[in-house]
Amino acid sequence: MLRIILSRLIQTLVVVFLLVTFTFFAVRAIPGNPFASDKATSPEEQAALEAYYGLDKPLPIQYANYWKNILVDGNFGDSLAMKGRKVSTLISESFPISLKLGLLSLALGMGIGIPLGIIAALFHNKWQDYGAMIIAMAGICVVAFVLGPIFQLTIALPLDWLNVAGWNRPSDIILPAITLCFGVAAYLARLTRGGMLDVLSQDYIRSAKAKGVPSLQIITKHALKPALMPAVTFLGPAFAAIITGSFVVENIFLIPGMGQYFVLGITSKDYNLVLGLVLFYGILMGIANLLSDLALIFMDPKLRTS
Amino acid sequence: MNTSLQPLQSEETIVEKGSSLWADAFVRLKKNKLAILGGIIVIVILVACFIVAPILALCGFSGNEQDLSNRFAGFGEKGLLGTDQLGRDLLMRVLEGGQISLLVAIMATCMTVTIGVIYGGIAGYVGGRTGNVMMRIVDGLLAMPFLIIVILFREIISGHVDDLARFLIDVWRWSDNTVLRFANLIPLTFAIAGFGWLSMGRIVRSSAESLTKQEFVEAARSLGLSHRRILFRHILPNMLGPIIIYATLTIPSFILYEATLSYIGLGIEPPNSSWGKLIQEGANFLETNVTVLAVPAILFSLTLFAFNFLGDGLRDALDPKASKD
Repeated sequence: MLRIILSRLIQTLVVVFLLVTFTFFAVRAIPGNPFASDKATSPEEQAALEAYYGLDKPLPIQYANYWKNILVDGNFGDSLAMKGRKVSTLISESFPISLKLGLLSLALGMGIGIPLGIIAALFHNKWQDYGAMIIAMAGICVVAFVLGPIFQLTIALPLDWLNVAGWNRPSDIILPAITLCFGVAAYLARLTRGGMLDVLSQDYIRSAKAKGVPSLQIITKHALKPALMPAVTFLGPAFAAIITGSFVVENIFLIPGMGQYFVLGITSKDYNLVLGLVLFYGILMGIANLLSDLALIFMDPKLRTS
Repeated sequence: MNTSLQPLQSEETIVEKGSSLWADAFVRLKKNKLAILGGIIVIVILVACFIVAPILALCGFSGNEQDLSNRFAGFGEKGLLGTDQLGRDLLMRVLEGGQISLLVAIMATCMTVTIGVIYGGIAGYVGGRTGNVMMRIVDGLLAMPFLIIVILFREIISGHVDDLARFLIDVWRWSDNTVLRFANLIPLTFAIAGFGWLSMGRIVRSSAESLTKQEFVEAARSLGLSHRRILFRHILPNMLGPIIIYATLTIPSFILYEATLSYIGLGIEPPNSSWGKLIQEGANFLETNVTVLAVPAILFSLTLFAFNFLGDGLRDALDPKASKD
C-alpha cells in the first residue's frame, strides 16, 4: 500500500514538473509581453519592469530561477498583472471560496446523481429509467451559463432574502452551488446506472437472488460497492476540477473565487500566475486521483493483489 | 456426381443472407426512438443553418442589419422570432450563430479524429515503452486546467493567424471582411482540437492495443504483411465503431467548449456570432426581454440533446456489449 502511494506521488511530481516546464515556455510563446498592455508605460518603464521581475534574462536562466525560488525559498513569484501581490497570496485568498462552493456542489451532485443512477438501473428500460436518463441528459446539455441566468430570474428575483449575485451573505452560496451541481449529478447518474447494470447481470447476484436474499439487501450488501466504481473513477479528476472553481459560475454570480485567475492569468500574460495555477492544479489532480485509486482498491479486493 | 452437386444448391437456398455488422447496427439503431429523434433534430438543425439560412440571406434577410426603432420586437412582429436589443432579426442571428458554432465544432472534430487516430493508433500498435511514453504525455496534458490549456493554445495561434491575415489583406489584397471572419475562427478551432484530441487518442489507443493482440492480426503478421497494410486493412476498419461513436459525442462537447469560450469573451468576435455569444448577450437583457436569451439557449441545448442522444444510440447499436441491454 505504502509503495503504491509513494510511487504515485513521485509520478505526480514528475508530471507536474513536466507540465510546469511545458507551460513555462508555452506562455512565453504568446506574442507580446506582460507590460505592453498597460496604459502609459514608456519603453523605458517596460524595460525597468522586465528587469525588476527578471524577465530580461535569457530564458534558461529565468527557468532555473523559477525553480530555485520555489524549491529554495518556497516563493511562487509575484503576480505580473496585479502589481505588488504574490501568486501564493492570490491563490490562498481565493481557493477557500472556490473550495467551499465546490464541496457543497459535489455533495449535492452526489446526493442527486447516485440515487438517480441506482433507480434508473433497478427499473431498467421502464419509465423510471427513461425519466432519470432524460433528467441526466438535461443536466449535461443545459449548461451553467444558461442555468445560472434562469435561476437568477426565476428564483433570486422573486425572493427578497436571496441575492441575485454577490458573495456577502451565507445564503449567497445556494444558487451557484445548485447551478454547479447539475453537471456532476448528471455524469454520476449515468456512470452509476452503467455500473449498477453491469453488476446486476453478474452470476453472484443471481445466486444471491436464488438463495432468497431480500432484494434491498442484495443491492446494499452486494451490488452497491462494485457498482459505484465507475463513479469513483470519475470523481477523482472531477473533484480537482470543481474545487478549483468554475470561471463561468463564479462570473455569473460575482464570486471572488479562483476561477477568474485561470482566464485572467493567460489573457494578461501573467506568467507567474499561470505557472502557479498549473502547479497547484496538477498537484491537486494528482492527490485526487490517488485518493480515488485508493478508494477503488478498498472497494475491489481483486485490485489489492495486483 | 449428381448427388454431390445437389446439396450445395439446396444449401444456398436455405442459408439466410448474412448481415454485416453495420446492417445489424442500423436495425438496432432504428429501434431506439430517442436516437432516431436526435438524428432527425440534428439533420433539421444542420439544414436550417447551412441551407435555409444562406437562402434567406440571398432573399435579403440579414442577422446584422440593425433597426433601432424595432428593438425587442415580439414573435412575428418583425421577423419570425422578433428582434434583439439592436433590432436585428433574431431568427437570422440564431441561424447564423449556429453556422459558426457547428462549423467550429465539426472542423475541430475532424482534426481531433485525424490526430487522435494517428497518435493513438501508433501508440497502441507499437505499444511497449514508446506507447507508454506517448500515453503519459496525454495523461499529463489532461492534468492541466481545461481553460488554461485551451486559452493558451488560442493566444499562441491567434498571434500568428493575425500576422497571416494582415499579410493576406495587405499583400494579396483579399477582402478584409472575409479574411478577418475566418481569422477569428481558426485559432479557436485549433485550440479546441488541441485539447480535444487527448481523449480521442486514449480511446483509439486502447482499442488499437487490444486489436493488436488478437489472433487475426498475429496471422497477418506471420504472413509477412507490411505494417501499413495491417494498420489500414485490419486494425483501422475494426476501430471504426468506437471512432464514429466518440466523434458523434465529441461534436456536442465541442459546441459546448466553443460556447463557453465565446461566453467568456475569448471565442467568437463580431461580426461573427455564435450561440455562446448570443447567450452571453441575451443574459445582459434578462430583465428587459427573455426571448433574447431563451431563443439561442433553447436551440443550443436542443442541439446538444440531439447529438448526445444520437451518439448514445450509436454506441448502443454498434457496441451492444457495452450497452448492457
